[in-house]
Amino acid sequence: MIPASFDYEVAGSAAHALSLLAEYGEDAKLLAGGHSLLPMMKVRLAQPAVLIDIARVPELSGIRIDGDQVVIGATTRHAEVAASELLRAEVPLLAHAAAQVGDPQIRHRGTIGGSLAHADPSADLPMALLALGGSVEITGPAGIRTVGADDFFTGPFESVTGPDELLTAVRVPRGAGVPWGYQKFVRRANDWAIVGAAAYGGRVALASMGGTPLRATATEQALQSGASISEAAQLAAEGTSPGYDFHADVDYRQHLARVLVKRALEGKTG
Amino acid sequence: MTEIKLTVNGTARSDEVEPRLLLIHYLRETAGLRAANVGCDTTSCGACTVLLDGESVKSCTVLAVQANGRSVTTAEGVVQEDGTLGVVQQAFRENHGLQCGFCTPGMVMAATSLLAENPHPTEQEVREGLEGNFCRCTGYHNIVRSVLAAADKLAGSSSSTEVNA
Repeated sequence: MIPASFDYEVAGSAAHALSLLAEYGEDAKLLAGGHSLLPMMKVRLAQPAVLIDIARVPELSGIRIDGDQVVIGATTRHAEVAASELLRAEVPLLAHAAAQVGDPQIRHRGTIGGSLAHADPSADLPMALLALGGSVEITGPAGIRTVGADDFFTGPFESVTGPDELLTAVRVPRGAGVPWGYQKFVRRANDWAIVGAAAYGGRVALASMGGTPLRATATEQALQSGASISEAAQLAAEGTSPGYDFHADVDYRQHLARVLVKRALEGKTG
Repeated sequence: MTEIKLTVNGTARSDEVEPRLLLIHYLRETAGLRAANVGCDTTSCGACTVLLDGESVKSCTVLAVQANGRSVTTAEGVVQEDGTLGVVQQAFRENHGLQCGFCTPGMVMAATSLLAENPHPTEQEVREGLEGNFCRCTGYHNIVRSVLAAADKLAGSSSSTEVNA
């Protein structure tokens, strides 16, 4: 399968990428690792006229501490996030989530910013960012704005990022010692979650339970009111309207959400 | 057309390519290297796995222009200078790590990348490290055995465990 023809531009800096976006508008797509975009282009679900390659912009990659947060450049690859000693110590949930994406080859190419901008409701990193209560930095013609995970995802494969904007960095709270758990239910290795659950402190997020990654708000409120993990996890599917497919129907997904949230709150990973 | 300059199996190349040309097609049709195969063509099966700057990637999901300025290694590139098989390839041969052989070039390159990152993997780590590569013949047991044997061999040899070991 071969993508439709396009023009190829290499951005030398974030500012250059923005000027190219301004020049080409909605005809352009940003390319980093390409592991969400190229498969769509190969089956012609996406046919951008121009690809703007941001993978060679040094300032968009890297992991550093900024006060009580860790800042991860948008084009930092999953393999780098998973292997980062800094993240494994300070934000272990995120390092763990990155290690669950696809397979080693995919993790050598795919990027954290690309995965978040793609906004797949069944993907690992959107759920992880939501559980952590992190945020993304979006740079556009008007400057940089920071959007919290709760406001970033607007629908399946949709976020608040505009066509003239560039997701430049991801911010997550430093939380060594904060209890966390991560559950991803799949039938095959390297698949997307049929249902996923991530818990961090009192925050609980779900994947594949709606059009965006979701907070399990009823569970969170029950925990805050002193409910046990078992009692709170029973509320994990409240207010969710997951889709159905050949893997799972709605009832089964809601059942999985309750089971996986319980395990995640117990600090289990899998 | 866009000009790309890259190193393929240690040899510098320069070619004019369409931006939409996939790395797997560049390697097979422009460079004439037929070890890497097109299998699923959807980033799943791993038959097209090659090394990009020493790391395994699925070349059906990489554009040739994305390899500009970088180094690519295919299974042809891990054969030793005297023409004998590389350590990982030899281990597959000795441990019956292949039957039809279609997945083997990708398996060898995924295993080479895995051993570069983790020279002493456990059996479980080998299985997880190869989760991006499908074999429809062997049932994987002999493939895992091959990779563990290659790890032992590399650990025992005095040479480094870099890419073309």
